[in-house]
Amino acid sequence: MKTWIAFWNILKKDINNYYLKPPNISWGIIFPLSWTLMQIIRSSGGLNLSEIREILPGLMAMSILFGTTSMLAVTITFERKGRSFERLLLAPISLGAMVAAKLSGAILFGVFNAFVPLIFAAFFIDLTGIGWGTVLLAVLLIAVTSTLMGLMIAVSAKEVFEAQTLSNFFRFPMLFLCGLFLPVSSLPDFLRPLSYLLPLTYGTDMLSGAIIGRSMLSPVVCTIILLIFAAVLFTFCHYNIRRKWIV
Amino acid sequence: MNITDIVAVKNLSKRYGDFTAVNGISFSVPRGKIFGFLGPNGAGKTTTINMMIGLARPSGGTILIDGIDSVKNVKKVQSIMGIVPDESNLYDEMDGFENLCFCGSLYGMRKEAREKRAKELLEKFDLTKAGRRPFKKYSKGMRRKLTIAAGIIHEPEILFLDEPTTGIDVESARQIRQLLLFLKQGGTTIFLTTHYIEEAERICDHIAFIVEGNIVAIGTVPELMEMVSHGHTIRLAADTDLAQLAEELQAYFGECTVKTGTDHTVTIISKERIALSPILQYLDRHGISVFEAKELRPSLEDVFIKVTGIEAMELKKEKDKGGMGR
Repeated sequence: MKTWIAFWNILKKDINNYYLKPPNISWGIIFPLSWTLMQIIRSSGGLNLSEIREILPGLMAMSILFGTTSMLAVTITFERKGRSFERLLLAPISLGAMVAAKLSGAILFGVFNAFVPLIFAAFFIDLTGIGWGTVLLAVLLIAVTSTLMGLMIAVSAKEVFEAQTLSNFFRFPMLFLCGLFLPVSSLPDFLRPLSYLLPLTYGTDMLSGAIIGRSMLSPVVCTIILLIFAAVLFTFCHYNIRRKWIV
Repeated sequence: MNITDIVAVKNLSKRYGDFTAVNGISFSVPRGKIFGFLGPNGAGKTTTINMMIGLARPSGGTILIDGIDSVKNVKKVQSIMGIVPDESNLYDEMDGFENLCFCGSLYGMRKEAREKRAKELLEKFDLTKAGRRPFKKYSKGMRRKLTIAAGIIHEPEILFLDEPTTGIDVESARQIRQLLLFLKQGGTTIFLTTHYIEEAERICDHIAFIVEGNIVAIGTVPELMEMVSHGHTIRLAADTDLAQLAEELQAYFGECTVKTGTDHTVTIISKERIALSPILQYLDRHGISVFEAKELRPSLEDVFIKVTGIEAMELKKEKDKGGMGR
């Protein structure tokens, strides 16, 4: 019960202090919105509504990726710099529970980001036929793995600007390698193995399968792979936090 | 470990590569007392505290807190600890009340309990009016007081304070000292590091001096004073021929040593306690008017200088840059 009280209050504090701040809410709305508009305008030199559904999986995945990685990395680095993070390290709750509480805020923010393009698209296209269960699962798993990548960055960065730079270093190559804009099958042979090392590839594939009915792998396989990614990333981050932050 | 001790540290060491920050120190902290950990900058005070509270891993040695191995069971031990770091580390975006409630929640306190306690603490620290103001708008003294309040919201058995009064105004520092004494009366053990020797002398029951990672002296304040006390000393300031006065006093108080000073003073040093009244009566009988008569007691600063080997000039430099003393 004590752990749950601490967990819930860390999550509530992060949501109030960081995620519900106007700049982040506007980022969460404007970023996916502007990408959606850009893709719509770009397609065939004008508004082509039939293409919205095609680009939806990529936009949702990208919105989650950008929302989660930088937010968690920046908030943790910011708290570490101000030493308020020490309070959490010194609280009598397990390191795993504390880290999970910190992750939860970013995961929820990522899920919120994912649904902005979807809600926006609902005004223009018919969304029937979408596998909602798979979409929800994919959104959640992409949010979890992207947040964990944000934590991995937070463990390595000492300054907020370092966290931002590192986030971009990871994110931009990922955009091109995980099938958001180009199908993985059309990538050059030497780049393709890299694509399969990225969790976003499997998340995007799940979303594509559920929204446009085209995927490389079955959602079950993608789910298993993403869960393995999540477990490995969590263990790696947990180990690194113990090693680097409790010196 | 004595049953009256809440902390027992044995052969504790911390190495960073070739550098030894803490070199196999051992000490114990009696329950319900104020224990001062003093030393110059870089002596190993904060490293020791960090190992005790679980922010640093010892390279060797053991730390028992309330009988629990704090290295192996750090989370269990942290539930009975209150921790006040050297810098106020609460959340700028939250107000005082929210900060206290949040800190209470980290110790598993329920909503009603933490809100009640937060209100009590705001009142005790004279912060009720500022309770709804964002922490970032607090003055230094207020930030410090709220940080201490956050450290005791869960009523810990032992409170660790790193430099509790550094950089704050005199009144806030006085309030904090009073609060520490009040907490001690309530049975809380306090482990504090401070640069301020006089502060330690005033409030601590036990003191350890640490220099370059080694404890060079440890004991109760009277025990430490004994190290520099070589009898009793009385200093007189008089407007007369001091050499002659010293001679007369030496003749009259044969067992004492009488010396003249450069500042119109005469010092009488005795192995036994000297009462002031016979001296004053003697001077009065001889028509010598004394404008100051004072018993000189050794200070903790004298002990510090003796055990650390830091000379008075270096000590002054440390003080000037915010180091030792005050």
